[in-house]
This record gives sequence, C-alpha cells and structure tokens, in this order.
Amino acid sequence: MSSIGTGYDLSVTTFSPDGRVFQIEYAAKAVDNSGTVIGIKCKDGIVMGVEKLIASKMMLPGSNRRIHSVHRHSGMAVAGLAADGRQIVARAKSEATNYQSVYGEPIPVKELAERVASYVHLCTLYWWLRPFGCGIILGGYDRDGPQLYMVEPSGISYRYFGAAIGKGKQAAKTEIEKLKLSEMTCREGVFEVAKIIYKVHDEAKDKAFELEMSWVCDESKQQLRKIHLFFDAFNSNPILLLATFCSDDLLEESKAAARTALEEMDAD
Amino acid sequence: MKTERKLEKQARTVRSGYLYILSLALSASRDTAKMDLNMDSNAPHSMGTTIIGVTYNGGVVLGADSRTSTGMYVANRASDKITQLTDNVYVCRSGSAADSQVVSDYVRYFLHQHTIQLGQPATVKVAANLIRLLSYNNKNMLETGLIVGGWDKYEGGKIFGIPLGGTLIEQPFAIGGSGSSYLYGFFDQAWKEGMTKDEAEQLVVKAVSLAIARDGASGGVVRTVVINSEGVTRNFYPGDKLQLWHEELEPQNSLLDILNSPTPEPMNI
Repeated sequence: MSSIGTGYDLSVTTFSPDGRVFQIEYAAKAVDNSGTVIGIKCKDGIVMGVEKLIASKMMLPGSNRRIHSVHRHSGMAVAGLAADGRQIVARAKSEATNYQSVYGEPIPVKELAERVASYVHLCTLYWWLRPFGCGIILGGYDRDGPQLYMVEPSGISYRYFGAAIGKGKQAAKTEIEKLKLSEMTCREGVFEVAKIIYKVHDEAKDKAFELEMSWVCDESKQQLRKIHLFFDAFNSNPILLLATFCSDDLLEESKAAARTALEEMDAD
Repeated sequence: MKTERKLEKQARTVRSGYLYILSLALSASRDTAKMDLNMDSNAPHSMGTTIIGVTYNGGVVLGADSRTSTGMYVANRASDKITQLTDNVYVCRSGSAADSQVVSDYVRYFLHQHTIQLGQPATVKVAANLIRLLSYNNKNMLETGLIVGGWDKYEGGKIFGIPLGGTLIEQPFAIGGSGSSYLYGFFDQAWKEGMTKDEAEQLVVKAVSLAIARDGASGGVVRTVVINSEGVTRNFYPGDKLQLWHEELEPQNSLLDILNSPTPEPMNI
C-alpha cells in the first residue's frame, strides 16, 4: 500500500501529477501508527474509547490523557501525535468559549466540528506549516441531540454513527458495524467499546495498554464524563470504574459484567 | 439663545426679582421648558417612546407608540419602532433613534451570518446576547434601551429587556421608554401568566394608549407585532381606534355646563 511520491512529496503545497498531496497522506500514516481510538453514537449519547499504548511501566496510570473535554457538553479523543493533538484541543476549547461569550449559548457540535476541521485544514495550505499528524473523534451533546464527528489530518470532517482511527481501525470498524447502535443505550455502549478495544488490541506487537473512556449522554446529564478502566496487570481482569455519580452497587455490577464479557471474549 | 436674552431684558425692567429667577430656571431646563419657542431641528432625534414586550401562551406580542421627537418638535408621528432582526425575532427600540438603529443594523447583520452558518433560524437568546454585547461594550457612547422579543423552536416565545448600560434580563414582560414610567403600576395589576394571544394584544394596546395619554414624548398610533410558531403578524391601531381615558372623555356633570345656560351665574348651583 505504500506509495512514495518521488519528488512530489517534499512540500504540502505541491500536488502530484495524479492529483494527490502526499504530505497529507503521510500525516494520515502517522495517525495509523497510533493506538486505536473509537467512538460510537448510541441512542442517548456518545461513548469514546482509546487504546492507550503504554511506553513504559513507570508511567502513572491515568496520566497522559487522550480524551479531552472541550466544553461542558463535548469532548475529543485524539489519535496520532499527542503534542499536535494538544494544540488542536486548545484551539477547540478557545473556539467553544469564544462562541459562548458572543452568542450566549454553548457551541453546537456541528459548528465546533466545522471550526476544528478548518483549523486542521489551515495547516495544509502553507509551505511553512506542516499538517497536523492526528485524527480527532469529536463527540458532543447539544440541543439537537448527541452527535459524533471525525476530523482527519486533511481537514475533512464527517458525521458518523460509529468511527475508528489508529492501528486497529479496520477491525474496529467491522466490529462497530455489527452493533445495533440505534437501539443501544450508552451504558451498554460502554461495555461494547471496551470489548472492541480489547479485541483489536494486538497482543503480539504491543504488550501493555490502558483503556481510557469517556461518555456524554442523558445519564451524565449531557455533560462529558470520564470512565476509568484499569488494566489489572496480575490477573488480566479489567475493573470498570464509572465517574463519581454512580453508586457502589452499580460499580460492582459493572465489574462483574466486564469480567464475564472478557472471559467470553477470551473463550472465542 | 434669543429667548434667554429676551427674558433677561424683561427681568431687568421688572421691579420684582421673580421673573429674573424664573428666566434663569427656564434657561437651565431647556428641554422641558414650555416657552422654548426656538426649536433646534438639528438636535438629536430622540424617541420619547413607550415600548412593551409581553409573552403569552404560545408566543410574544411587541407593542410601541410612533412618536419620534426632536426636542419639542415631533419629527415623525408615525414611525415604526419595532424592527425586524430575523424572521422570528424583532426588537423594540427606544432612546436615541440613531443609536438604536445602528445597533439593530449590526445585530441584523451578525444574525444573518449566524443563521447561514448554523443552518437554522437563530434563537431569541442569541439575538438578545448580541444586542447586549454591543450595548454594554459601547455604553459610554450609546443611549438606547431595547426590548428583544421572538419565538424559536427550542424555548418558544421569549422577551429580553436590555436597558441603558447593557444588562440582559429575561422577563415574562418588559416595558421601556419614557412612557413606561406610567405603566409599572398598571402591569402590576393587569399582568397575568398564560394569557391568550388576543388577551395579550389587548393588554399591550391598552397599555401603550394609557402611556400616550400621560407621556408628552409618546404619541401617534399604536403598532403591535405578534410572533409565534405560525409566523409574524403586524397590526396597526390609529389614534381614533384607541380608548379614551379620564380627562379625554366627555365631561359629565361638569361645572362648566353652566356657561352654556343663558344666564351663567357661578356659585349658584
């Protein structure tokens, strides 16, 4: 699949004879090298999950967040170069607060996606700027309901029911397509996302990973909340921890459910 | 200028100091002086005004008088103070005519762009916020009180008052302009939650006509705009269609009736 554009790939302001801008395609390859990021739109909200590949055992679990909150009602999961992602998130936050101060209402997700996409696209227009090497999955809940967008390094942005980027995106997309998203609630969606990430994780190539998840749905009062899932190194059982508002019974229930689900998966 | 000098001259010739003091008082309060015969037609046009915005069960009714004054002179006796911002949001203007027109024009422009980007009609709250930002950030230069009213599919009918200084306040009903001083008590008594469209419109027309009767800077006709899910309706109530109040009514059992008799003898009832 690797196609080298000899001579036409030196600058983002050069087209190749067959109409491609190679620099942008190379930027997309940087995204493909990162851990899988998926997002799904359930009937009452959005769930996003990131397969965070751990570079060193010395890293504190829960650090190096890949899912960022942009505004109360929306968040972004970043795949690719983390530093580039930070820049985009900062811009998105600034756009969201600016919109709120001018128009007096939270930025609609569609508008936010358009602004992020234009910003990413901006960096593909000048020779003195390199394209962002990250793909973004943006999920939010506004007055028109939950919405999921994906922004690629080229600046294209589409709205999706389910999206995946990164290493295992092909496998993840196949799995997402199997799900009946319009009938699923976010609570069920959380488990599905966790299962998919585990499934697409390549044990051979990348050993340790941390699963990071967030959701914004009716249950979280249309606000972005983090879901912590810790990978227990000893007996490979994930412990699913939902954010502060859930009760202990629910926590135990989710732990048990996640464990059985993974056992079923391992049994495949 | 001329009047001042004339009066001062008179004062000098009069023995008592009373007229002199009166002339000083008059020259100090030029705006309200009834003896100000030299009007300045280049003075800023001010809308003395009475403006009202009222929510009802299903939408809003905006109402205003139609007098634009330049000092004592009525520059326009049939002006339209209810201006359109978008298809579903209108604003009632009061205070300086120029300032309120410029603010409305800017906000109409911003809202137009916003509607295109959003892909759907702007909400009343957004319109009100834009007006508020302009009013607040330019408070040193502007003198205009506005009432934004409209209907959107998320919140229904809403009224926002943006008085001088640029505060934004959402209210079930709002009154503004110089004539509104005479309506506070009236609304305290007459306002009810959940009125029908006709009740609300009648309330607005009655209120504006009461204010016109008492406020010298309000007058002319009463214009109303009704905004709801079905759209916008403009209504016009000319002076002769309005109810008469108190001293405007025909006198009944007035003591002046004795003048019509052949031998008027006062104090002989």
